[in-house]
Amino acid sequence: MIRYIIRRVLISIPILLIGSVLAFFMVAGAGNPLAELKAKPGTTPQQIADLEASLGLDQPIIVRYWRWLLDFLQGDWGQSIALGQAKVEVFDSVMRALWITARLVVGAEILAIVLGVTVGVIAAVRQYSIFDYLATSAAFLMFSMPIVCVAIILKTYGIQFNNVLQDLGFDRWLSTVSPAEGGFQGSFGEVVFQYTGTYLLPTLSLTLISFAAYSRFQRASMLETLNSDYVRTARAKGISQRRVIFRHAFRNALIPVSTLFSLNAAVLFSGAIITEAVFGWRGMGALLVSSIRTFDPYMLMGWLMVTAALVITFNLVADVMYGILDPRIRLA
Amino acid sequence: MSSLINDGVDRVLTETVLAVEDLSVTFPTDDGDVHAVRGVSYQLRPREVLGIVGESGSGKSVSSMAVMGLLPGSARITGSIRYRDQELVGRGYKEMMGVRNNGVAMIFQDPMTSLNPVYTIGWQLAEAYRAHHPVSKKAAWAKAVEALELVGIPQPDRRAAQYPHEFSGGMRQRVVIAMAIINDPDVIIADEPTTALDVTVQAQILETLLRIRDETDAAIVMITHDLGVVAGMVDRVQVMYGGTVVESGPVDELFDTPRMPYTVGLLGSLPNPATLGKRLTPIKGSPPSLINLPTGCAFSPRCPLVIEECTTTEPPLAPTERVEHTTRCHRWEHLASLERPQALFEHEEIGSVENPAALTQADPDLPVSEDLAVVEQRLAQEEKSDD
Amino acid sequence: MPSDPSPVLNPATPGGPVRTTVGATGSEFDTTKARKQSTLIIKRFLRHRLAMASLVVFLLIAAFGFLGPLFWTVSIEDTSSRGYLPPSAEHPLGTIQTGKDMLAQLIVGTRLSLAISLVVAIGSTVVGVVMGTLAGYLRGVVDSAISRFVDLMLIIPQIAVAAILVRALSGSWYVVALILAAFAWMQTARITRGETLSLSQREYIEAARAAGAKTRWIIFRHLVPNMVGTITVNTTLAVATAVLSEAALSFIGLGVQSPDTSLGLIINENYSQITNRPWLFWGPFVIIVLISLAVNFIGDGLRDAFDPRQTKVRS
Repeated sequence: MIRYIIRRVLISIPILLIGSVLAFFMVAGAGNPLAELKAKPGTTPQQIADLEASLGLDQPIIVRYWRWLLDFLQGDWGQSIALGQAKVEVFDSVMRALWITARLVVGAEILAIVLGVTVGVIAAVRQYSIFDYLATSAAFLMFSMPIVCVAIILKTYGIQFNNVLQDLGFDRWLSTVSPAEGGFQGSFGEVVFQYTGTYLLPTLSLTLISFAAYSRFQRASMLETLNSDYVRTARAKGISQRRVIFRHAFRNALIPVSTLFSLNAAVLFSGAIITEAVFGWRGMGALLVSSIRTFDPYMLMGWLMVTAALVITFNLVADVMYGILDPRIRLA
Repeated sequence: MSSLINDGVDRVLTETVLAVEDLSVTFPTDDGDVHAVRGVSYQLRPREVLGIVGESGSGKSVSSMAVMGLLPGSARITGSIRYRDQELVGRGYKEMMGVRNNGVAMIFQDPMTSLNPVYTIGWQLAEAYRAHHPVSKKAAWAKAVEALELVGIPQPDRRAAQYPHEFSGGMRQRVVIAMAIINDPDVIIADEPTTALDVTVQAQILETLLRIRDETDAAIVMITHDLGVVAGMVDRVQVMYGGTVVESGPVDELFDTPRMPYTVGLLGSLPNPATLGKRLTPIKGSPPSLINLPTGCAFSPRCPLVIEECTTTEPPLAPTERVEHTTRCHRWEHLASLERPQALFEHEEIGSVENPAALTQADPDLPVSEDLAVVEQRLAQEEKSDD
Repeated sequence: MPSDPSPVLNPATPGGPVRTTVGATGSEFDTTKARKQSTLIIKRFLRHRLAMASLVVFLLIAAFGFLGPLFWTVSIEDTSSRGYLPPSAEHPLGTIQTGKDMLAQLIVGTRLSLAISLVVAIGSTVVGVVMGTLAGYLRGVVDSAISRFVDLMLIIPQIAVAAILVRALSGSWYVVALILAAFAWMQTARITRGETLSLSQREYIEAARAAGAKTRWIIFRHLVPNMVGTITVNTTLAVATAVLSEAALSFIGLGVQSPDTSLGLIINENYSQITNRPWLFWGPFVIIVLISLAVNFIGDGLRDAFDPRQTKVRS
């Protein structure tokens, strides 16, 4: 198992390398970061020439890539191209944004899996019951709602909920703005209050849609295992119905769900970007949107590389999970 | 069982372990009621091997699933199934738990999918044991290894820690047998245990089952469509067709003197080296739909001995000249009088020739192929000229 | 005596051979009519009430988008009215901030969103199926190349690359459609490759190859027809996903841009009004959800229609 993980990590390196080349060329070819600046009145040609030189934009693209790569590997991820403002280090910006987004994504995924698997199992065991129909309908509905709208609706009603709380004399609990830069202050209780208040609505937005996919998938997988030969054998052994469902059917039904986990990674990230836009969070989403607007090369590269690494990690975790769950793969 | 005194052994060996009486199973579906099993009865004594023979859809598997209580909830079961002195019909899942794999055990058909792929063999066997005996995991594991040894798996202690996908098909079936015998059941129902295996492995599996029968005095119900298996292994045979028993008796009698045309057809459809060069003689037609059974005898549409009575009244399962040999046929006496009952199913095909090339040599003007309409016209003319 | 074509039920033969005419079919054993596969599939789909209802809904929405301008002739550029008018006879869904009629916006938005998703679905299906089948059938270098490329592309969140490309190229709806299609084909290719891999193992493919069939023939006459079920279901999912992806892209401002409009862009422009003038938000929202739901149910119905193994025993 360890060897498998090491092998996967080693393979990821050339993948990331090639990815970085593609990304760099795409970003560089996408547009000139200084175009907007050039159009702004009051910028002198000298300023532009200076900026070009400092960003190395006057060099051929291969050279630029090479320099970027060397710097990147040494920890210098470059700077944002903001003109007239304090130079912003790409590394710091990306990491700060990542910290906010990562908690959102991980929390949402865990919640989605737990809820989705539970609902899927119950729906399968009680097939065609009211619960099953409700769960199926709910899943279909959630599949069909754009995450944009889910987030908007939750935010709107979150504000109204807060109004109700305030009228009743409580503090406003649900926050719809970005988490504070410095983290959460206060006693443990206060931190929990703030944390859940801040993260609840966005996490819920992300969860709802993932949850739908997991519950449908788990239900289908569970139905398949419940009708399998080895479950029939288990029943014939004279063990309790509950044991048959959990130890035999469910345990096998979980295996395909881990493949869903890896497929979901990139989708989840896209969803996080939208959710952050709705709630006005200054996470990876906002960072991406602002850097695309200005064709900020180094920021975009930093963003893309971090995201790629994250997705690769996600996939690796999913594959390891798969190996743990299915002994047929493990020993291969 | 082997520790009982002689007298006790005799008594135990003559008492009925499993008594099925007038068992019927019906499934409601969108297209109508499926009468999967109709009025099946049999009795099992210890050390007895009963063979249940029939085509797909004859109801042989369903009747055994009914004994184990493994039919879906929608199934309607009537009749009686008595294991020792307990009535099994009408029991819910929980009530059947004590009997399953303890008094009555079942071996299923496909060993490749009958075992849970994510647990070790030892774990699964131990689970089967602990379901009926309150022992520690270690003790159950030891019992599992013991069971593996009983079925002839080499290095059982090492193999018990392996997963099903590390075993071959024949080995897996042995494991399934081990799971069935680990609680020393009185009845073992084997549902086509060798169908999915090679012929050589088949022989080993059957031999293992017989050995277990000898060592534990268990009764075996062997469900199969393979008459070769039947001939080599069972004491009594029940032939099933259309959901019910159509003939039943000691195996030698059934093979030598069948008393039901379907049995004759079955026996005759076996490829036989003595008929080398001749055509095979299958039974024409196909088994009846269990939703729309024909009136009267289920076999009547395909029977060469059919008369009016066969299509109106279903014959009862009645004894023939020997009491233990019963048959469900109005014309069994007629069948008994035939010299060569197999001839009933032989048929010549008019218009087909063994060696067409020889015909064209004899008569070069003979057409190589003709339309059916032309041939029928010519036949009709020939018949007319015969009259 | 006239010849009896099926003398099986002949009680007169006490034990002699049975005579049958070669070629005569035993008609008493025919219990079902032979039906074409496509007829069976269509019949099963028609029985799926939810899918049929969804098909109707989808067609209605498509009519709304494509035929709407025939009935509602207010131009979307018309800013003559005041901004943020509530619903009235003149403007059934009110006006947006710049005074443009909301209903007209919705019609155009629906049309373009649907157009985008259809382009994405068809484009991605065609490219995805071809690539996937080639990869799965030819295997070897072709398979490695395609698979590695797809894996690489799937590492970066689609929305990021799509946004970059849209910003670089243009915000017209067909550009957005092509960019989205450029991502969607990979999912189809993956699934098709998997199916092809398992289908290629079957003997009839070997038989076709042994008979000398060319690769193109095998792909289009043997493999694709057997995958039609999976491909169709996947295409419907692609349509639904495309509608949602486009809405997401346009919402963050990096999708469809003016002068074109789309459902996502409409939401972008008006979502802040959800509490004051909710009709501006719920209009596009309902349409998007209905399109997605309808397409998902149609896909479900298609899946049931193509897979005959679904059985439901009355309990």
